[in-house]
Order: sequence, then C-alpha cells, then structure tokens
Amino acid sequence: MAIRVNLITGRTIQQGVSMEAGKEKPAYTAACGIIELDPTDFRKLGAFRGTNVRVTSDYGSVVVKAVEATQGPHPGIAFIPMGPWANMVVNPNTYSTGMPTFKGTPVTVEVARNEPVLNSLELVRKGCRGELAS
Amino acid sequence: MSRTVTDVICPFCGTLCDDIEVVVSDDGRKLHEVYNACAIGAEKFLHSQAKDRITRPRMRQDDGSWKEITYDEAIDYTARILVNAKKPLMYGWSSTNCEAQAIGSEIGEVVGAVVDNTATVCHGTSLIAVQDIGIPSCTLGEVKNRADRILFWGCNPAHAHPRHMSRYSIFPRGFFTGKGHTARKVIVVDPRPTDTANVADIHLQVEQGRDYELFDAFRVAFKGEQLPDFVAGIPKEKIYEAAEMLKSGRFVIIFFGMGVTQSLGKNHNIDAAIAVTRDLNEYTKAAIMPMRGHYNVTGSGQVWGWLFGFPYAVDLSRGFARYNPGETTANDLLRRDEVDAVLVIASDPGAHFPFSSVRKIYELPSVAIDPHETPTTEVCKVHVPVAFVGVEVGGCAYRMDNVPIETRKVVEPPDGMMTDEEFLRRVLERIKELQGV
Amino acid sequence: MAEYLIKNGFVFDPVIGIRGDIADIAIKDCKFVETSEVKDPKVIDAAGKTVMAGGVDVHAHVAGPKVNVGRNFRPEDKLFTYKPRSGVERMQGGFSVPTTIRTGYNYARMGYTTVMEAAMPPLYARHTHEEIRDTPILDQGAYPVFGNNWFVLEYLRNDEIENTAAYVAWLLRATKGYAVKVVNPGGTEAWGWGLNCENIHDPVPYFNITPAQIVKGLIEANEYLGLPHSMHIHANNLGNPGNYTTTLDTFRLSEGIRPRSKFGRDQVMHHTHVQFHSYGGDSWANFESKAPEIIDYVNSHDNITIDLGAVTLDETTTMTADGPFEHHLTELNHLKWANTDVELETGSGVVPYIYSPSIKVCAIQWCIGLELALLAKDPMRVFLSTDHPNAGPFTRYPRIMKWLMSEEARNQQIDSFKYRDKVIDATNLAGIDRELDLYEIAQMTRAGPAKALGLSQIYGGLAPGLDADVAVYDFNPNEPYAPDDIETAFSSAEHLFKTGVQVIRDHEIVSNGNKRTLWVNAKVNENPQVMRDVREKFLRYYTVTLNNYEVSGHYLPNPYVIEVDATQ
Repeated sequence: MAIRVNLITGRTIQQGVSMEAGKEKPAYTAACGIIELDPTDFRKLGAFRGTNVRVTSDYGSVVVKAVEATQGPHPGIAFIPMGPWANMVVNPNTYSTGMPTFKGTPVTVEVARNEPVLNSLELVRKGCRGELAS
Repeated sequence: MSRTVTDVICPFCGTLCDDIEVVVSDDGRKLHEVYNACAIGAEKFLHSQAKDRITRPRMRQDDGSWKEITYDEAIDYTARILVNAKKPLMYGWSSTNCEAQAIGSEIGEVVGAVVDNTATVCHGTSLIAVQDIGIPSCTLGEVKNRADRILFWGCNPAHAHPRHMSRYSIFPRGFFTGKGHTARKVIVVDPRPTDTANVADIHLQVEQGRDYELFDAFRVAFKGEQLPDFVAGIPKEKIYEAAEMLKSGRFVIIFFGMGVTQSLGKNHNIDAAIAVTRDLNEYTKAAIMPMRGHYNVTGSGQVWGWLFGFPYAVDLSRGFARYNPGETTANDLLRRDEVDAVLVIASDPGAHFPFSSVRKIYELPSVAIDPHETPTTEVCKVHVPVAFVGVEVGGCAYRMDNVPIETRKVVEPPDGMMTDEEFLRRVLERIKELQGV
Repeated sequence: MAEYLIKNGFVFDPVIGIRGDIADIAIKDCKFVETSEVKDPKVIDAAGKTVMAGGVDVHAHVAGPKVNVGRNFRPEDKLFTYKPRSGVERMQGGFSVPTTIRTGYNYARMGYTTVMEAAMPPLYARHTHEEIRDTPILDQGAYPVFGNNWFVLEYLRNDEIENTAAYVAWLLRATKGYAVKVVNPGGTEAWGWGLNCENIHDPVPYFNITPAQIVKGLIEANEYLGLPHSMHIHANNLGNPGNYTTTLDTFRLSEGIRPRSKFGRDQVMHHTHVQFHSYGGDSWANFESKAPEIIDYVNSHDNITIDLGAVTLDETTTMTADGPFEHHLTELNHLKWANTDVELETGSGVVPYIYSPSIKVCAIQWCIGLELALLAKDPMRVFLSTDHPNAGPFTRYPRIMKWLMSEEARNQQIDSFKYRDKVIDATNLAGIDRELDLYEIAQMTRAGPAKALGLSQIYGGLAPGLDADVAVYDFNPNEPYAPDDIETAFSSAEHLFKTGVQVIRDHEIVSNGNKRTLWVNAKVNENPQVMRDVREKFLRYYTVTLNNYEVSGHYLPNPYVIEVDATQ
C-alpha cells in the first residue's frame, strides 16, 4: 500500500541537539532519519508506528522510519527533519532563485519493513558511489 | 578546581544569546558545564570536549579510507585546488567569525572564486526580496521593549531558536511591556500546529505553499475590502480577526522563516510579507525580521556587503564582483557543473543541500574545513578540523537583527589545532606563493 | 622614513596663510617640517600645479550598518561601476554607496585623507569599526548618536548636565566614538511609535522632554567635557517645506554658550547638511530657498559652524538616523524602504532617491546648497559636504568645487533645468556672481573642518608639525581654464601623501597607507549614579549584556586616542 503526501522539511529540537552532538552518531539518525505522518495518513498507509518506509519523489528515494506527527494534526502533509534523508527526495529546482524547493515536494510513501535506515555518512557515501538501492 | 566564565556568546543560532555561563577547569583546558543555554547550544559547547574528536587534517585515499596529513599538506592542497580551478566555489562561512570571513573574501578575490553562504538555502530569497522592496525592521530589544503584537510566519522558534521567545519576543518584560506575555497577542501562521502555534492566540493553519495568497488577503483585510470565503484554507472571518488584531497593536513585529523562504513563490512570498509590514505602518508601527539560522550567516552577508556590495552568491571569477541569484548561487552552480573545485567551510552542505548537489561535490577536488565529522567531510577529498569558533576562539558575529557581538574563547582547543582564521591566512600566503605575486 | 620635498607648487593653505604663492613643502617622519630640515629628500616637482593639505570631511556616511544596508539592498548601484583588482588595489564597486575599499581609494583620489563617519548607532559600533578597519588609507572617526538615547532623555528631562556628561564619556569609550552626534532629537524615539517631533518644542512621547531641552543639554554636556568637536546636529523637521524656522530655532539654542575646549575650536554647535534645513514655502508647490535667512544667522554668530549637504543631481541612496524622515520619503517616491530602530538608542532608514534636474524641487535644492556656500562670509565655518550619500555621492565634491568657483558652470546648469524660470524665481543663485577661489576652497575643505573637529593640531594645513597629509593637483590657477578643468583636476590628485606615506603617485594608488581610527577618551570623575543606571538598563532593557557591549581594542588595529581630562 502506498500513499501520496506533500513533504515539508524543517528543524526540530532533536535534530539540532543530535546534529551538534555529531552527525555520525545514531542519535542523529534517530532524530532525522524519520518521517512524521498524520494518524489519518498512517491509517491509509496501513502501517504501524515505527515501521520503516520508503519515500520516493520525482527526484530520489530514501528509507526512513515512519513516526506519528509530533506537531499535528496535519493530514496530507508529511514532515522529515532537515538533513540528508530529506534531501534525498526534496525538489532541488531553484527556479532561478538560488533556493531549492525544500518544502512542498509530492512524495509517495510505502512500507519497506525490511530495508534499513542508513546513518547520515553511509547515506551520502553510498549515494555518491551509486550504491543505494532504489 | 574550576571557574565560571560569564557573558559567553552561544555560537549556534541567529538568536546569539550572550548570557551563557560556562564552567571550565582552572587551566582552561576542560569545559565542564554550560548554564543558561538551550539544549542545542549546550550540546554545541559540550561536543567540543568529545573524546573521539578529529584533531588533525586527513585526506581520502583511493580505497576510500582516510590518511592523516599535516596542516601544511592541507594548506598546500587547498591552495592548489583553488589556484588550479577556473571557477572554484567557496561555500559556507556561516559558523565562523567575521575575521575568517574577511580573509576568505580576499582568497576569493585572488583566485577568482564564487563565494556563497548558507543564506543560499535559508534566507537568500529574503535578501532578494529586500532588494525589491526594502525592509522595515528593528533590533530585538525594540521587540522586547515595545512590541505588543507578535506574528510568527513559517517559523518555529520553539524548535529552531529555542530561547527567542523568552529572551526577545513573547515572554520578556521590557520598558513599555512590563506585563510581559499577558499584554502581547501572538499569531502563528504555519501549515502545522507547531509547538510555537500552541502558545499563540491565533493559529492560521495555512495550506502549504499558499502563503503569498494569505499575505495578500491580509493587505485586503487591512483596507476593509471584501475577501472570498476562504483564502489558503483559512476562513475569511479568521483573517479579518487576525488583521484587526495586528492593526490595533501599538508595535507589530513579524518574524518569518523557512516556511515562506523555501516554499514555492520564494522571494515573492517575502515581498508580500514586507508589503504587509509597510501597509501596517499606515496604521501603527510595524517591523519585520527574518529568523536567521546560523549564528553568523548574517555576518558573512555584512562582510561581503562592505567588501563587494552583495550579501551572498558573489561571483568573483571575472575579476570583479557579480551577483545574480539563480546563476551565481551554490546549488545552481553545482547542478549545472559550472564549478571545478569546492571549498566548504563552517557549514554542512552534505547534509543540507539536495543530494544532486552533494554528488557534484563528491566528483570535484574538494576540501571541508569543519570541527565536526559531517556528511560534507564524508564526500570531500580533504577534511581540515579546526577550533570551534565561540568556544575555542573568539571573533565577531552578527545576530539575526544585524547586531554585532564579539564571541569569547572559553577553553583551549586540543593541542596543535588551527583556527579557521589561521588556516585561511596560511592558505592565502600559499596561494600568493603559487601565483608568484 | 623617507623625506620628501614638494617643490615650486602654487600653495593654498589657510593655516600658514599662503594664497597661491609658489612655495616648497617638506616632509620628514610623517610630519611637515621646515624645508631646511630635510637633507636628502625625494623631490616632487609641483611646478605649475596646485598644492593643498589633505582634505578633511566632517560629515559623511561611509561605514556602518545603514551604509551596508544601502550596499546590500541596492545591487543596481554596482551596475557599470565595478573596477577589478590591480596592483595594490583590491576590487571596488558601487556608485552612491561604494564598498569600503572604493571609499578609501576614491577619497584619496580627490586628495582627502580624513573622513568622519557621521552617525554610529552605539549598539552597532563594532560594525562601524569593522568597516572603518577595511577602508584603506583614510584616518577616520565615528560619531555615536545621542539625541534619542534613553539615558540622555532621562537625565536631561531633569537638567542633569553632569550625569549626561558622565554618560557621554562612558559611551564614547564603550563605542570608541569621536563626538556627540544628534539626529532629529526626540523624533527618532517618537518614531518607535510611528510618530515624530516636528519642531523643537514638540514633546517626546512618554519621556516628557522637548527637542530644545535635548539639544541645549547636549551642548552643555559637550562643553562640560570640553570635547575636541562640538555637539554635531541634524535638527528636527529635515526636508520639509517651511522648515527653516525650525533650523533657526535650533541655531538659537546655542546663543550665549561659548566653547570650553582646549582643542582650538570656536563653535559650540555644528549644524550639518544645512541645505536640507533651509526650505521656505508650505508645500512642494511653493517650495523655495531660505538660504539667505539661514546663512545670515550663521554669518553673524561665530559659535556655529555648518556644512552644506549640497545636492549633486544624481541618483543616490539616502540614509539617516532620522527614521521618520525616511518613511516620509518612501511615501513620496515609493521606492524601497529599509528601517532599523535600535533599542534605547536610535533608529535609521534608507531609501534610494533620484535628484532629477527635471524636477523643480530637486533643482531648487541644488541651488540652496550652493547659495549657502556663496553667501557665507567666513569659509572657515562653512564646509563643503554632500552629506554623502544623501544629497549626492562624495565623489562629486570636485563638481561642487567647479560650481562654487565658476558662475559660468552654474549658469549652464540652471539653463538646463526643465523648470528653469520657476527655479530662478524660488531661489537666489542666479543673482549671485561670487566665484570662490582655491584659498576659500581650502578653508571649506581642509582648515575649517579640521579646526571645527578640534584637530587643527594634526590636520588641515601644511605648517611644520602637522601630519604630512598633502595633495598635489594637476591644476594651474594662473593659466586660463575651463570650468570642467577644475572638476577633472580635483577628481584625480597627481600625488597624495598621507601621514608622510605616498599613497598616490602620478595619479595611481601605490599604497594602502597607514590608516588610523580616532576616538576620544574623556576622563570624568567617578559617577556611581550613572554607572548604576547603566547596569540597570542593561539588566532590564538591553538584549546584550553590559560585558558584551564595549568595543574591544581588537576592532581598532591602529587607534589614535585623543585624551580629554574633565575631572577638574
């Protein structure tokens, strides 16, 4: 089962704290390798909280852990904290403004129970070497 | 024994709190405790003490492993990639001091680089809007002492600028605002009911990406003209109510963030936000301020302003300064393969640029100057660890309202570590040697 | 250090009283000396050329937060103005708000060596000093603004001159400032609420004090301390038709007060950019010059100095700590508007402006600026300025010299105005045939401003003992010349020495000089009340701590401290 949602990114306090503690550490993955979904979207997806999901847009794909929205409700909107996981799928087009379109990327979310959430260094390294599954 | 250093400046976000207290060992080599800082700021100070910290430059080997190199070798590598490139990109600058930024600017001049800072993925579109329409603003103390109407639009200080609300905006008691938050009205516009929205009198849950329409609706409402039943998902009654709340204030402040700068519309959203502020000045006093992210992204825009005349995305490759966002901005240059070497300093594009840009950095000669191990250091050929600015070395930084504050050194860096400023100064010397000037 | 002898030039120097006679000027160890004291000098042949001391600008906006707002929010100001790096010169750009590098070089090209930044918001003092540090060649100081400062308003409400003076001394030291600047006294504080003070008796909201009390009190505090410069004011009601009465009222606040300073100045009030304050009429339709009324007052009161604020008919960028004025201006011209109100201290605004010769008001403003200079009886008290960049960029000073020195040049300009006849009716310039000579220009641009700043012991002349700041211009005053020759010659000094270092040789910049930052360290008796007030205000109302307020020496790599002792 897959759902379509509108993806936005941004800061969270956990993202900030874990980033300063070291982006190579598991806490950073726990804080940012997630997608926050509204309960209604969880129902549509038919998944439990804490399930790994694959998020795919026209621009890329990434595996993150689905968690319930901490600042909701926001049905139809999904939130990945700013970081390398979000940046695998955001719309990179700047439309001649210099600014990539970090907010408002249509994405598909599907359950990917058996796929791992990579840590930040692995994610960019494998991405650069073309070693990521898609 | 230990001693307490007071009035320390926090080098995390644009709030630039300057009341931090840090307990250090008597010899100034160990940092024990951090008081007054938010969770993020405290972590930033404490992370400088990490046991596994990288303290020497390293170079990526063909097999993908790291090899430790000397600072001299790192200086030589950096100088050479900049000199040999036709159009190198020197990106970042936002988490270092103005002194380092000034030297970096001179390097950019000498080698003909494009210099860009993190505004390019943050408030760059705000800077464009300011060039279109100006910006009526104020210092944060004006907010504390006068403001009775606070509007947060597309920003979430509860998470991104944790002490902003208590130090400046919602809660403090100022000269004309002795009742603190009880005499203030707070409006939050955000597509999510954020933790900031939870403390607001009114939350307008705007449809994501429709901020421009809602700004325009406010301008209509100020004039008492007719609105359709819903604008951007908000019933017109709520818009009229919020507009009236703003107009009836004695001093209105609008803070805005990535919700408007990064959503479609980009700089045009900010044009509209500033137009709302201008309009409000017909009825009362109003000001608007971008919630700048990195603690010294503002300073980098200031330094380039006085040296080159532009706040970001400055292309020096033709021998003089050019500025054209969309062309001379870091992501556009990377995605179009228009740069042939990359120096990253005091920022992490590896984590915070769209991946298609990150991959380009990986393909180029590249150096990352950063105290931390980050996704950027992971994709660069050379990683130069440096002392933490604001913890292990002082220097000037500019707060989100452009107020400059001199950051403090509170502890010694690990033995033998260079600062950004020292490293860049040496690179500049080496470049001049290589160029024979 | 090298010795130099500048030989056989036509020397114009009010300090030694030489009016274009041929003379030699000797330099040794950063200073001018008697020609007999140099043994083996490098000789500069100045035969047939004009020699003057380095220029001194008493009022320009060249460094600091609002200047940088002007740069950053006007990319269009850089169009076609960029100059690549070459030789010792770094990249330079910008027309009305040039980069700091260009500011230093362009002043030097005009033969100027000392420039005062006219308005420094105390909270932003570090920014101002960072820009000053990055401005090559020039000696500079900056005036912190006091006229809307809450400490000052509270002390002067109760007529507490001694406390005001102690606070002024403290703030000068904290900000490394040079003089007491006042901008729209009370009006900018009122602007905190979107209001203004339109005349000197218009009370400041909440603070219950009038602009007149602020101005008079700050003059008295300034003289209590005996600072090098006098209180330096931009009065209320700038830019409005009929404002000349406010200006005269402001002037009168200095009556009966004599300078109490050992720095050799005669004035107790310097009123800046008086062109903007000399307007008659009651609307833009009957807008007219009141320069004669204004300058009559100045001519007959020797405790006042002024600078012109002459309009140059360019597209420029206005910027001032007069926040309400800039809002008024953006309402008039609908161009982009930046504003920054500064907690407890001041405010500011920035708006681009186009002084078009096809607009009647702009043409009248142009006339007024020149009338003030041409009707002045004592050029030692009336200084050339454009309030850079407000009435025009400083790079137009040579053009203003041309207009002041040539009736023909003025008439050419008047004849080209679209509303020529209406402009002539509303002004007096067309009936003035005075042409200033280079001696008077030297008074208005060197000796006069140096004296008013209290710096005549180092700047403004060529007398032995003064700092060796001297320009040689390729201009022969004894040969026939066209008006434009004046502008050409004074735009590009052939040689320039700054504190004995040759920074321009054969019209080329050859050195980034040895710039210094001037500030005034005034010692006062310990004042526990003021220090308690300072601590309290920082604790309760400022958003930086007291310990993070003072500008450290780190920001002034080459300071020049002027010590004042006011402890008696």
